[in-house]
Amino acid sequence: MFPATFEYYAPTSLEEALNLLRQNPEAKVLAGGHSLIPAMKLRLATPPALVDLRRIPGLSGIRLEGDQLVIGAMTTYYDVQTSELVRQHVPVLAEATDVVGDLQVRNWGTVGGSLAHSDPAGDYPAIILALGAEVRARGPQGERTIPIDQFFVGMFTTALQPGEILTEVRIPVMGPGTGAAYVKFPHPASRYAVVGVCAVVGREDNICRQARIAVTGATLYATRATAAEQALQGQTLNADTIRAAAERAPEGLTITGDRVFASEEYRTHLVRVLTRRALMAAVEKIR
Amino acid sequence: MVQAPERLIGAEVKRKEDPRLITGQGTYVDNLKFVGTAYLAILRSPYAHARIKRIDASRARVHPKVLAVFTGEDLRRDGIGSIPVGWLLPDIKLPPHYPLAVDKARYVGDGVAAVVAEDRYSAYDALSLIEVEYEPLPAVVDQEAATRPGAPQVHDEAPNNICFKFAMVAGDVNRALAEADGVVRQRIINHRTSGSSVEPRAAVALYQPATGELTLYNTNQNPHLIRLLLALTMNYPEHKIRVIAPDVGGGFGTKIYLYPDEVVACYAAMKLGRPVKWVETRSEYLRATVHGRDHITDFEVAYKRDGTITGLKVTTYANLGAYISPFAPLIPTFLYVPMLHGPYKLPNVSAEVYGVFTNTTPVDATRGAGRPEATYLLERMVDLVARELNMDPADVRRKNVLEPFENYQTPLAFVYDSGNYPATLNRALELVDYARLREEQRRLREQGRYIGIGLSTYVEVTGAAPSQVAVSLGAQAGLFESAIVRVHPTGKVTVFTGSHTHGQGHETTFAQAIADEFGISIDDVEVVHGDTDAIPFGLGTYGSRSTPVGLTAAYIAGQRIIEKATKIAAHLLEAAEADIVFEGGRFFVRGAPERAVTFQEVALEAYVPRKIPADLELGLEATAFFNPSNFVFPFGTHVAVVEVDPETGQVKLLRYLAVDDVGRVINPMVVDGQVHGGVVHGIGQALWEQVVYDEQGNLLTGTWLDYAMPKAPDLPSFQTDRLETPSPVNPLGVKGAGETGTIASTPAVVNAVLDALAPFGVKHIDMPLTPERVWRALQAARGQG
Repeated sequence: MFPATFEYYAPTSLEEALNLLRQNPEAKVLAGGHSLIPAMKLRLATPPALVDLRRIPGLSGIRLEGDQLVIGAMTTYYDVQTSELVRQHVPVLAEATDVVGDLQVRNWGTVGGSLAHSDPAGDYPAIILALGAEVRARGPQGERTIPIDQFFVGMFTTALQPGEILTEVRIPVMGPGTGAAYVKFPHPASRYAVVGVCAVVGREDNICRQARIAVTGATLYATRATAAEQALQGQTLNADTIRAAAERAPEGLTITGDRVFASEEYRTHLVRVLTRRALMAAVEKIR
Repeated sequence: MVQAPERLIGAEVKRKEDPRLITGQGTYVDNLKFVGTAYLAILRSPYAHARIKRIDASRARVHPKVLAVFTGEDLRRDGIGSIPVGWLLPDIKLPPHYPLAVDKARYVGDGVAAVVAEDRYSAYDALSLIEVEYEPLPAVVDQEAATRPGAPQVHDEAPNNICFKFAMVAGDVNRALAEADGVVRQRIINHRTSGSSVEPRAAVALYQPATGELTLYNTNQNPHLIRLLLALTMNYPEHKIRVIAPDVGGGFGTKIYLYPDEVVACYAAMKLGRPVKWVETRSEYLRATVHGRDHITDFEVAYKRDGTITGLKVTTYANLGAYISPFAPLIPTFLYVPMLHGPYKLPNVSAEVYGVFTNTTPVDATRGAGRPEATYLLERMVDLVARELNMDPADVRRKNVLEPFENYQTPLAFVYDSGNYPATLNRALELVDYARLREEQRRLREQGRYIGIGLSTYVEVTGAAPSQVAVSLGAQAGLFESAIVRVHPTGKVTVFTGSHTHGQGHETTFAQAIADEFGISIDDVEVVHGDTDAIPFGLGTYGSRSTPVGLTAAYIAGQRIIEKATKIAAHLLEAAEADIVFEGGRFFVRGAPERAVTFQEVALEAYVPRKIPADLELGLEATAFFNPSNFVFPFGTHVAVVEVDPETGQVKLLRYLAVDDVGRVINPMVVDGQVHGGVVHGIGQALWEQVVYDEQGNLLTGTWLDYAMPKAPDLPSFQTDRLETPSPVNPLGVKGAGETGTIASTPAVVNAVLDALAPFGVKHIDMPLTPERVWRALQAARGQG
């Protein structure tokens, strides 16, 4: 539990941080540190330098901009969990935060850190993916907006380019006729998702107009269960159609297992069960 | 604080040690700071089995902060020997266990080299600079497979990897099987777990070249045993060694033993003439600190149509890991086989145990040690018989438990001291409202919900031991305990005990019992433990022996104090000694209670003599060595209620009840704490905890991200209740209470899950009952149905 030697930088502006990343191409960006620091202590990660974002003003906070809820990258889970704006406009995010990590993790861990880390078993990647958000990043070439569907590209890999810093996530507010739920099957040791499924359902006249379903834990990175989404699209929403759609959830997903707790076969089963439960709960929450 | 109430024994006194410990004022080994301390780190084998062809430490040695690098050859050259085995069995194979591997590494985590540096960071940096050329060898992990011809050999000294074979027979099992109305056969695996104390191991070694004094501060449960083992391993005079175990953050058995790392720390301190500190990381703890359990067992049970169980035949392969941890031979033998009689009438038992070497971390006692394995087997056995006969598991237990007794000779060596098994069984069934619970279960099943009720009726053995018996069976040390009770001139008291507290609460319970004995305030009694220079001798704390053996020694010393104090009081009161009565902290003349002196006045007289004659020895202090005449056997019945999600296999524990009889209770709150902790430990094994290796011997559960410790949100509030059947073995009538929860809870939970799954026809699943295992069992059952 003793990391290798590294340099530590604490810039006070985004420009300074971007410069530091340009000067130290192997440097890692430090947000809440609850994934990076343990990996460094086990010497699984040995970055020569850390660029800590905590002293940069303006990177945290939650605000409403038109029909988007904007959450700064350095906003902690705790701030999301307790935000009235989040409860009002994207309630699933506040509710789901209850099952993220533990109190310490929620006090330190950040929204941007979770997304940029793209942990295969992280909760937020699946939730933000299902919510159809977009991500803003600043880099040497300036600012750009990345649709969340293009953001997660692999295990611990995102569309962020070297030297780019994720600055905020923009989530469409949930209007009338939409409901969402995140269902998580936690690992008994790590409390990471063995499988987690977030479902967002839009309903009109009891017909499913839109369904976005994202899976974490079972896959290498947060991935949409498109076969299930399509199966539900245009269907009357009831227990039978939801069950039928959920059965198809694993289609097209690359599901992986482990040798201690949950095999690929079992996780595939859980993807079906949790998709059904998430859809049922999402429909229940439509307002 | 409680001011000498009517009786302190039995009172719910808050723990004296807690303000210190919960405000961060404890002194753990890693808190100790000595000027000039150097830091030790151990390079551990990444291979389960490999020949060490070459170690090149030249790059590490030139690291500017590195003071020394040691290998196994260095230690051997300097006369450091093999770590001794503390319990020998007939024909046991004793391959050496050197503190650093010499020719081969035999498990992932086996120490290969050691670095001492100016700071911990540099020590870890330098580990990666040591080049070891390994020749990987085929490894064996499964202890049954290890005994088959052609299996990789862990030690040349142990053909087929068999360290020992142990057998016991009572009655005629084959006849019982032949004459049975039915026989159930089952293979059960009691898998490997980690003791997982929150504080890992740690050591600070100090050496004074001028005097030759070697001091080891170390996380252990028994400083005198560590001193003895250290003296033997290092070929160093015992009287020049001082071992101190200060505040220790949990042991659970894993801190009984002398480990290689502590020996290396002492060696390094002597070589360098500087204090050397070594603190284990959690990842190291999971690799290099002993594991527990790990039995593969086949059993056959014979029963009659009415539910009477008549015979049990057992074959067990016990995994010892790569080396014999000092007390490993005791655990699957004398702490396991004789307990296969359990709380039952069961007249015919035969058991055969193979202790087997494998390329895994050594296995030794962890909380329960042998008795959890026996109880798990017996309680699964009873439920399997109940299932075959379509009887209620409670009825099968009622049919088979022993009637109330005192000193019952079992057919398997032990004499149970006292017991009333029907009483705890009936009390538990009454408290859970068993009939109503069964009714609710039926009702919920109709709604597609599956709850299960699991019982566990246990007896276990604590308070080791009659020393002569232990030594005759192979112990290399006696199993008594010592105590000094010192009354100071002001009447304040210090109790020096050979027991060691690392969570058990002796600073409270021992003070409570001695304050009760002297009729003084608990605030006037201090308990000192954990230092070989302060305590006459100690065998330490494990196997729930502190209260029945360690406290009894202090109590006997207290009786000697009272005897002498009575003489002094007689002089002060100018009465005949025979006429002095001691009660409630006052000595008075029989029939004239106003003619009295207090305990404190007598104490002062012992040091500031005014009236006592010159021929009465001054001072007020007594030493006692208590060597018990028998073990003591706590017992009880636990009930678990679970709900199983048949779709995911997820188990939810709804309710847990423990009814225990641990003899006379000193402090109900402390016993509740022990029961709660123990129950969680056992539930952990049933549902979550498991050490897993792959076929090559790689550890797959090397951090707490994978090794699943029990967590509060997964547990219900526990209900505890107790009956008190005093033990005739010691004057206080006490038994051990530290392991009952662990022993009883594992089978209670497993039985509950299998009870929930009864409608599906699932009879047995091996632990831990992870969702996937339950789901697979249901899939298999549905496939058959």
